Amino acid sequence: MRYIRPLSIEDAVGLLAGSTGTAAILAGGSDLLVRMKGGFVEPDLIVDIKAIEALSEIRETADGFSIGAAVPCAVLGESTALKKAWPGVVEAAKLIGSKQVQGRCTITGNLCNASPAADSVPALVAAGARASVVGPGGRRTIPVGSVPTGPGKTSLAKGEIIEAILLDKRAPRSGDAYLRFIPRTEMDIAVVSAGVNLTLDERGVVTAARVALGAAAPTVLLVEEAAEAIIGRTLDEAALERLAKVCFGACRPIDDKRGTIEFRRKVAGVLAKRAATTAYARAGGK
Amino acid sequence: MAGVAVSTTINGDSVEYLCQPDETLLDVLRDRLGLTGVKEGCGTGDCGACSIILDDRLVCSCLVLGAEAEGRRVETVEGMAHGDSLHPLQQKFLEHAALQCGICTPGFLIAAKDLLAKNPDPTEEEIRFGLAGNLCRCTGYDKIVRAVQDAANVMKGA
Repeated sequence: MRYIRPLSIEDAVGLLAGSTGTAAILAGGSDLLVRMKGGFVEPDLIVDIKAIEALSEIRETADGFSIGAAVPCAVLGESTALKKAWPGVVEAAKLIGSKQVQGRCTITGNLCNASPAADSVPALVAAGARASVVGPGGRRTIPVGSVPTGPGKTSLAKGEIIEAILLDKRAPRSGDAYLRFIPRTEMDIAVVSAGVNLTLDERGVVTAARVALGAAAPTVLLVEEAAEAIIGRTLDEAALERLAKVCFGACRPIDDKRGTIEFRRKVAGVLAKRAATTAYARAGGK
Repeated sequence: MAGVAVSTTINGDSVEYLCQPDETLLDVLRDRLGLTGVKEGCGTGDCGACSIILDDRLVCSCLVLGAEAEGRRVETVEGMAHGDSLHPLQQKFLEHAALQCGICTPGFLIAAKDLLAKNPDPTEEEIRFGLAGNLCRCTGYDKIVRAVQDAANVMKGA
């Protein structure tokens, strides 16, 4: 096995594209090293991307935020501007693992690990986040939701790296929120989860919304019908009930030791309602 | 496999070592450098027994490669006492009997040091959440929480 720490994204792409065996990207390592230890992956090449300066920063631009692929989740929680603009994304990222894991894990890694239960992913999908992908063919920007294609699988081609997650600048009166159900108070994997992002007009009517569910299908679900259930409404009780009902119907979860299908579907609706209520309050709705 | 040459700083001292590319920092610290205060519990980032501070961030050394320590600063439990005088956290863990078998203790001490560095006056809830990444099968946690609260009081007064 070789361990290489390139200084530029171009060198990293070149190394990955030119590798003959199994190549792995190392950022926080909180998934990769566990998989190596368990014998699930034996990379011939590890490309540590943390020495690439641009990947280690959160940049606030005219268009919004660019969160480098090597930025640990703990740093997201320390960014006042990011927390103010996208509190739901930050609260989701901060739910991943312990303090120890927070110091290492990244939202890009969470996305590329492609677990259906990834905490930051539904929040990012609800936020309409995009991934800036660099590969042998150049750069492209894709919706975050198109990265995972199934448990442990992504749409990224050989040699491609996500360099940053991009979040838009906020429209006035916007808010987002993320909630998950776990049977403990911390340090657990989502049984089911919901991310909601919405924008209001001056009267508190929802003008735009995105609702995403996690651990409810093989990949994150963006439930457009759930967004339609609350758009044009002030998030009154009837709109919330309709939202929950649509989420219940949209889930395609598995039955396992952490939750039954019936339980996950019901809780998905409850969490969507609660996340929508929090997002609504954060957007300034009353 | 060719070894990776690493220059790093551990508990304030410059250290150089050779390690294998897939060797964890935990194994380097214990087996190559003799810093056996760092314990291996689960080896998968769940128990916190191998906690260290890496460039001011609390991490599990089992989830860091030895090669990644190049040019960085590592703090382990061995760096907490100054000569014969214990760190207030170490002293309070003794006074409160906040350990029984002791395997988890170095990890708790380092995690508590990091917690108090970032939050010198934590509530009980903040301590419990802050130390949630460290598992103890003996104490039931209560004595650990009391020891950290007491140490925080001592350190604030210092």
